[in-house]
Amino acid sequence: MRIELTEIFWLREHHALSVNQLAELSDLSAAEINELVDYGAITPIDPDVAELTFDTQCLVVAQTACRLRDDFDLDTQGVALALALLDRVRQLEAQLQDLRARLPRRVV
Amino acid sequence: MKYKDYYRTLGVERSAAEADIKKAYRKLARKYHPDVSKEPGAEAKFKEISEAYMTLKDVDKRAAYDQLGAHPSGQEFRPPPDWQREFSGTPFAADDVDLADLFASLRGGGRHPGHDGRTLSMPGQDYEVTVHITLEQAFHGAKVDLDLTMPEYDANGILHRAPHAFKVRIPKGATDGQRLRLPGKGGKGFNGGRDGDLYVNVVLHPHSLYRVSGHDLYLDLPLTPWEAVLGATVQVPTPHGPVRLKVPAGTQGGQQLRLSKRGLPRPSTGEGDLFALVQIVLPTVTNEQERTLFKQLADGSTFNPRGHFEQDMPHEN
Repeated sequence: MRIELTEIFWLREHHALSVNQLAELSDLSAAEINELVDYGAITPIDPDVAELTFDTQCLVVAQTACRLRDDFDLDTQGVALALALLDRVRQLEAQLQDLRARLPRRVV
Repeated sequence: MKYKDYYRTLGVERSAAEADIKKAYRKLARKYHPDVSKEPGAEAKFKEISEAYMTLKDVDKRAAYDQLGAHPSGQEFRPPPDWQREFSGTPFAADDVDLADLFASLRGGGRHPGHDGRTLSMPGQDYEVTVHITLEQAFHGAKVDLDLTMPEYDANGILHRAPHAFKVRIPKGATDGQRLRLPGKGGKGFNGGRDGDLYVNVVLHPHSLYRVSGHDLYLDLPLTPWEAVLGATVQVPTPHGPVRLKVPAGTQGGQQLRLSKRGLPRPSTGEGDLFALVQIVLPTVTNEQERTLFKQLADGSTFNPRGHFEQDMPHEN
């Protein structure tokens, strides 16, 4: 079996994706992406330009949106609501992890 | 090929109506979907549920599945000889192909595009794996071996499960919950379709000394009462190596002493901080001399940490 040595790409790096690239990589349609932008679920780098571009971190959101759409039969508005709630959960979990890290572990 | 009882996975009868299958799937998806569930093993469970539903929700796929007959889950079986001709169209190697691959290749409507429409291209499937790394690996970067088995078509157009081995370089600065992308390393595209991507989710193992929050680290720093009162210079471990930390006189328990840029490296530039959380620890066993010294301290000190109680307490008559 051949072993490939491969490099990774950070998804947090600022590498701009067009609507079509984001659509291709996430399996959402360009129309769905534009709708999710309108609902505030996906934030373009600059919302005021004609040709929207997206940070690669948006790919994680777009792929989650695609899973939610397919696995729960949600329409785009339902996906946007679920994404907002999931983001809120993620933020609260990050806060919880931070607070746990600040708690002394040793019982004295 | 191992048989999987899709009806049992969804908890429905073989004669269940389409609406009941959908209802059962939705109930289970709500419980086990990896985006909404934190139950252990939820992701694997959801894969089983999803695989079963993808087949049973499609009239043609369900008919093809029913034609395989009912077997106990996990039992080796071979589809009937005419089954492939009637339903699949896609040649497959029954020994190393998975039931899920087979039904995925039917692509709804009961036919693979390779059979009826060779010109139709399809993108390869994206895959997602979780990699557990230690804090030391996150700090220094690491090479991680990934062994995956993916369905793909060989040169003769026969569907196989093929092993793939990757040596993935995790760069320093990876931390819990981060996601990495390996473009084109997922399933092979069909008939000119793009290859899928492989996504790597990073999970950090808990460390015996440090607790992680983003790229910051937290470390408990036990001090003796006299070190806290008088101040001291103590040696503190950091992922960069031990450092000498000056503890100011009068340091209180619970205070955080910040060691700037001694946390985990960030992917682009800079480092997080390391916070030493002060704990004032009393000796559990004291000798005669120590007890005498504490007694002298008790007699000579005017310090009262409960002074504020007295303002709120009713005066005794």
